[in-house]
Amino acid sequence: MIGQILIDGITSGAMIGLGAIGLTLTYGLLRFANFAHGEFATWGAYLAMLGAGAFGGAAPIGALTFGWPLVVALMVAMALTALLALALDAALFRRLRRHGNAIVLVIASFGASLALRSAIEFAFGPEPYYYTTDIAMTLRLAPGLRATADQLVVLAAALVLMLAMHVLLTRTPLGRAMRAVSENPDLARLAGIDPARIVRATWAIGGALAAAAGVFLGVTVQLRPSMGFELLLPLFAAAILGGVGSVPGAMLGGLVIGIAEAAAVPLAGAQYRAAVAFVVLLAMLLVRPRGLFGGRE
Amino acid sequence: MTGLASYLCFFATVALTYGVAVLGLNLQWGAAGLFNVGVAGFAAVGAYVAAWITAAPAPAHWGGFALPIALGWAGAMLAAAFAAAIVGAATLRLRADYLAITTFGAAVTLQLVALNATALTGGPFGIAFIPKPFESLADRPLAFGAANLALVAAVTAIIFVALERLTQSPWGRVLRALREDEAAAASLGKAPDRFRLQAFVIGAALMGLAGAMQAQFFGFIAPDNYLPVLTFQVWVMLVLGGSGNNRGALLGAVVVWGLWTLSGTLLAAMLPGAWQARGAALRLVAIGAVLAGVLLARPRGLIGERATVSRHVVHTGEQA
Repeated sequence: MIGQILIDGITSGAMIGLGAIGLTLTYGLLRFANFAHGEFATWGAYLAMLGAGAFGGAAPIGALTFGWPLVVALMVAMALTALLALALDAALFRRLRRHGNAIVLVIASFGASLALRSAIEFAFGPEPYYYTTDIAMTLRLAPGLRATADQLVVLAAALVLMLAMHVLLTRTPLGRAMRAVSENPDLARLAGIDPARIVRATWAIGGALAAAAGVFLGVTVQLRPSMGFELLLPLFAAAILGGVGSVPGAMLGGLVIGIAEAAAVPLAGAQYRAAVAFVVLLAMLLVRPRGLFGGRE
Repeated sequence: MTGLASYLCFFATVALTYGVAVLGLNLQWGAAGLFNVGVAGFAAVGAYVAAWITAAPAPAHWGGFALPIALGWAGAMLAAAFAAAIVGAATLRLRADYLAITTFGAAVTLQLVALNATALTGGPFGIAFIPKPFESLADRPLAFGAANLALVAAVTAIIFVALERLTQSPWGRVLRALREDEAAAASLGKAPDRFRLQAFVIGAALMGLAGAMQAQFFGFIAPDNYLPVLTFQVWVMLVLGGSGNNRGALLGAVVVWGLWTLSGTLLAAMLPGAWQARGAALRLVAIGAVLAGVLLARPRGLIGERATVSRHVVHTGEQA
């Protein structure tokens, strides 16, 4: 029972963490809560569906329900969603940043979120989609502990992406520059870093990771126009729990939220799942608003 | 002709109920700079409380005290104010965008409760047969519509005047001072959290009243009415009309509700049945784009905030 909650929680928590990385990075860098971030996950998931369709139906790999076309489509969707994030910044957020008031950016992102979500609903309709009609077989990992092969592969892929992100931020010049701009934009500029380039890199990374989270969510659950919007509260909770701007914090925050959600289902019922993130968030804000790893208020 | 007139009465009535919510948001955002993304949640609290108080007893939901409508509206305002006091006390001392995230979460959670706490709220089917004001006139549509419009217009006018006086009072000046420069205002001995909480609670009470009035005029409520789209509509009304200006808030409510109704009618007439749901989605894309466009091109809205300068400043300016 506990083991099953853990494995379900960790799988969905890894996806939340993946999405929350981009949210916490843009939040830390641009100082605004982007309500449109969840839509990147939705767009990524639907773009991958189009891509997988275009690359044709190959046989599923091993015990998985999907084949190579979806893996290729994942890469394409991540790239396209990175472009979407860049386009949204160029069309909307960059211009509003010049006006100065960060809260106006939040309002604008709320509007962008609705427009992006409704555009998906307009194009695909409100009904859910699946990447495949195959039924995922559950594997017995231990007595009373079951997971589908899809779940395990998604979990592994999410962890690999998180690790890559961590290496990027701590070991590469780009990552160091990103952290520098987030800490102190003026000082970073003095050191010869172009903040505009860093902002673009952050949007691209955030969009791509959110797209991956969306595709993984599509593989393990389903695709719906509201999937990303419903992910938004867990994403914010994970980002704030981990401390705004902290990438390891967002990953850990995602896992905590995922496990809390999975643990709450047997207690409160699946229908209140979406409220769990809010309760955790509220508790965190009351006790330690800086988050677990946040240095800055 | 009578049909059109009574329709216009109904349209104006609904537009003014939105107007009351926009006035509440204008107090929170326009005057105090508080970013509330949970308008739908406070409206839902007001609507359900009013329905419980005024509706006749029914097995499908809690309440049904069949009390007068005025009591329902008062209860709605109190309940929404209470909800706002809890949310505000927890988050107003934190950074501004945490309030946005918390109110958003509160609205999502309240909507979930409305949907799932079936014994209280009637679940997805909501609460029906909520009594309408002037029900005795219901067989004469024009008189019925005009009486309802007169009622909501009177309520709106009272709120409008009260808010105008409130925002021009020393209390309103403190709010604007806190919005512009918290440190300076605090150094003059103004407690930021207390003033903000007051503005937040009063604004939320107005949203609750708006929800209650809508419940009463439609006679029916369901959880689907309180999705984030409602919050979004109220925000677009305020931003388009001009935040910081109560006239702008009301103008925005009428204009946006007019555009919303008109575009809905047009889409319903033009699109084939299978595309109706998608047409509704297209309408949301358009209104999202309108909001972004207004923020970019005309951040002050149609009629923005008037600059208020102390008469003492003007006086010394003349001397200099």
